[in-house]
Amino acid sequence: MNETKTHTPFFADKQEKLAEILSRYPAEGRRSALMPLLWEVQRAERHVSEERVHELAEIVGTTATEVKGVMSFYSTYHEQPVGTFHIQVCSTLSCALAGSDELFDFLSNELGIVNGETTADGRFSLQKVECVGSCGTAPVVQVNDTYYERVGRGRCRHLIDALRQGEMPPVWRERGGDTVGAAKAEPLQKPTDRGEG
Amino acid sequence: MSDQTATAAKPAPILSRHDPRYEVTMYRYVGVDGAHTLDFYRSHGGYEAAKKALTSMTPAQVIDEVKASGLRGRGGAGFPTGVKWSFMAPPDGKPRYLVCNADESEPGSFKDRYILEDDPHQLVEGMIIGAYAMQMTYGFLYVRGEYYLGATRMEAAIQEARAAGLLGKNILGTDFSFDITVHRGAGAYICGEETALMNSLEGLRANPRLKPPFPAAAGMYGRPTTINNVTSLTSAVHILTKGAAWFSSMGTDDSKGTKLYQISGPVKRTGVFEMPMGATFRELIYDFAGGPTMEPKAFIPGGSSTPMFPWEDRFLDMPMDYGTLAKNGSMLGTGGVIVIPRDKCIVDALYNLVRFYAHESCGKCTPCREGVGHWLPRMYQKLVSGLGRPEDIELLESVASNIKGNAFCPLADACIGPVQASLKWFRDEYEYLAANGKSKYAKNDWWQA
Repeated sequence: MNETKTHTPFFADKQEKLAEILSRYPAEGRRSALMPLLWEVQRAERHVSEERVHELAEIVGTTATEVKGVMSFYSTYHEQPVGTFHIQVCSTLSCALAGSDELFDFLSNELGIVNGETTADGRFSLQKVECVGSCGTAPVVQVNDTYYERVGRGRCRHLIDALRQGEMPPVWRERGGDTVGAAKAEPLQKPTDRGEG
Repeated sequence: MSDQTATAAKPAPILSRHDPRYEVTMYRYVGVDGAHTLDFYRSHGGYEAAKKALTSMTPAQVIDEVKASGLRGRGGAGFPTGVKWSFMAPPDGKPRYLVCNADESEPGSFKDRYILEDDPHQLVEGMIIGAYAMQMTYGFLYVRGEYYLGATRMEAAIQEARAAGLLGKNILGTDFSFDITVHRGAGAYICGEETALMNSLEGLRANPRLKPPFPAAAGMYGRPTTINNVTSLTSAVHILTKGAAWFSSMGTDDSKGTKLYQISGPVKRTGVFEMPMGATFRELIYDFAGGPTMEPKAFIPGGSSTPMFPWEDRFLDMPMDYGTLAKNGSMLGTGGVIVIPRDKCIVDALYNLVRFYAHESCGKCTPCREGVGHWLPRMYQKLVSGLGRPEDIELLESVASNIKGNAFCPLADACIGPVQASLKWFRDEYEYLAANGKSKYAKNDWWQA
C-alpha cells in the first residue's frame, strides 16, 4: 500500500476541529486527545499512516513510538487502509451459537478473501472480531460503524448484494427482549390505565 | 378447577413489560421512537431527579439516599455505590472527576448499549446526580469504540442538555457546574477494568494500574476520581425519583432494586429484561425469554467471565443476586445469561471464550500474557482439532490453577473461572474428545435462515 500521497498535515485545514477536540480535555490531560485524534484521522483516511502518527505525536506532545504503542494496543486502529466496506463479523460465543462461524465462511467465500484481508479493488475488508455487544440479536455483522443484527442466511445474502451495489442497506433496528417489534415499542401507558382496563 | 388452583398458587408469569407487576424504570423507553431526544425525556419526567437533588438536597443527602437504597455497582463487582461515593475526600477546589464506564465488552452483556442509544438523557441525568453527590468538577463518559451510534446519541444528548442549562456552568441556576466529555474507546476489553480505563482516557496503552492508590485518592491525572457503570448511575435517577425505600423494597437481603438482565443463546426471546434482583434464572429464561429453543445443557449466569452451571433445577431456581451466586461458586457479573445447548461441544464453547481472553490479554503480567494469551488457546486448539491426549486435560488443569490468583488484574481469573467450571461439570466431554479425537457433540451448522 502507498503511504499518504501528500505531505500536507491532516489538521492543516481543520484547525477548528483540532481545537475542539483538544478543548474536550482539561489542560492537564492534553494527551487524552490522542484517541479521538486517531479516530478523526482514521475516519477520513481509513487508516492512520506513518506520517499522521508523527503529526499526532507532535500535537499531543509525545513521540511517534508512544503513538504507535497506543495504536497497536487497540484492535480498531489500522495501519493499513481498510476497504470501503469494512465487514466485521463478531465471533464470540453468543454469535457463534447463532452461526457466526458459518456466516464468516460464507462471506469469506463470497469475497474471496480471508480474515484480515482486503479485496484487490479495495472495496471490501473482512475481519473476525470479538464480542461487539449485540449478543441478544446475534449473529451480528458490523459494516464500518453500522451494526446489522440477526444476520441469518437471507439477510446476509441481502446485505452482501447491497454492498456490492455500493449501498449500505437500511438497518433493521432490533433490541430484543420485550421491545421486539414495533408493536411492543410504544410507551407504557400511565399506571392508572394499566392492568385490566 | 384444579388448573385454577394451580394458577392461584403460582402467579401467572410476566410475559411483557405491559404487565402491571413488571416494574420497569431504566428500560422503560428503550425501543420507543424519539426517546433519545431532550423533548421526549423531559415530557416523561426527565431531569426531575437531578432538579430535586441540586435544588433541595445536599450532596451528603444524595449519597445517604443512594446508600440507603442498597444499590450495588452494576458493572459486575457489586460494590455498594453509595459507599463508593462516600470514599471521595471533601472538595478542595482542585479538579475531581466522575467517569462513567460504558466500555461494555463482556461477552453476553449488552444492556448499556441500548441506554446509550435509546435513552441517553437518562445517563446524563445519572451523571449529573453522581457528580453533584461527590462534587465533581468534570465528567468523562468512556464508550467502547464499536458503539458508534451510542456515542453519537450521547454527544447529541449532552449538547442538548448543555443548551438547556442542564450541563455547564450553574446547572439549573444553582452554584453547581459540571460538564461531560464523551471519549470513545477503540476495541479493548481490558478498558472495562477501571484503572485500565483511566489509562486509556489519558491517551496511554490501557494496562491496568496497581491499586492502591485507589481512584478515589489518585485517579484520572492523579486526581480524585470515581468510576461508575452506566446502570449504576441510571439506577440513581430512579432512586432519587421514587425514594430509597422504594428501591430497597425490591430484591433480596444483599441485592436491592431492579437490574437489567440480559439473555442470549438459543432461547425464544433473547434480549434485555429489567427484573427485580433476586428473580430466578428460571423466571428469566422461561417466563421472560420464552424458554430454550434447543435442548440446553448449561448456562453462564452473568457474562462470559462467570463460571457456568449445568442445566439443573437447583441452579435454575437460584435467585439472581450477588450473594447466592457467590455462594455457589460463580458471580452475578453483569447479569448476562448465555444458554448453552446440548449440541454445542463444551470444549469448543470454551475454546471460543479462551480465544476471546487471549485476544484481550493486555500483556502486562506473565501469568496472563503467557498462560491466558498463549498456553490456554493453544491447548484448546489442540483438543478441538482432535489432537489432544488424555493427559492434556490434566495439563490444562495445572496451567489453569497456576494462573488463578496470580495475575495482576481480574482478567486472567475471568478466563480461568469458566475453564475450571467447564472441567468440573463437563469433564466427560473433554475426556471423550481427548480419547476419540472428535467431539461428543459435533453439530457444526448453527446458522439460521
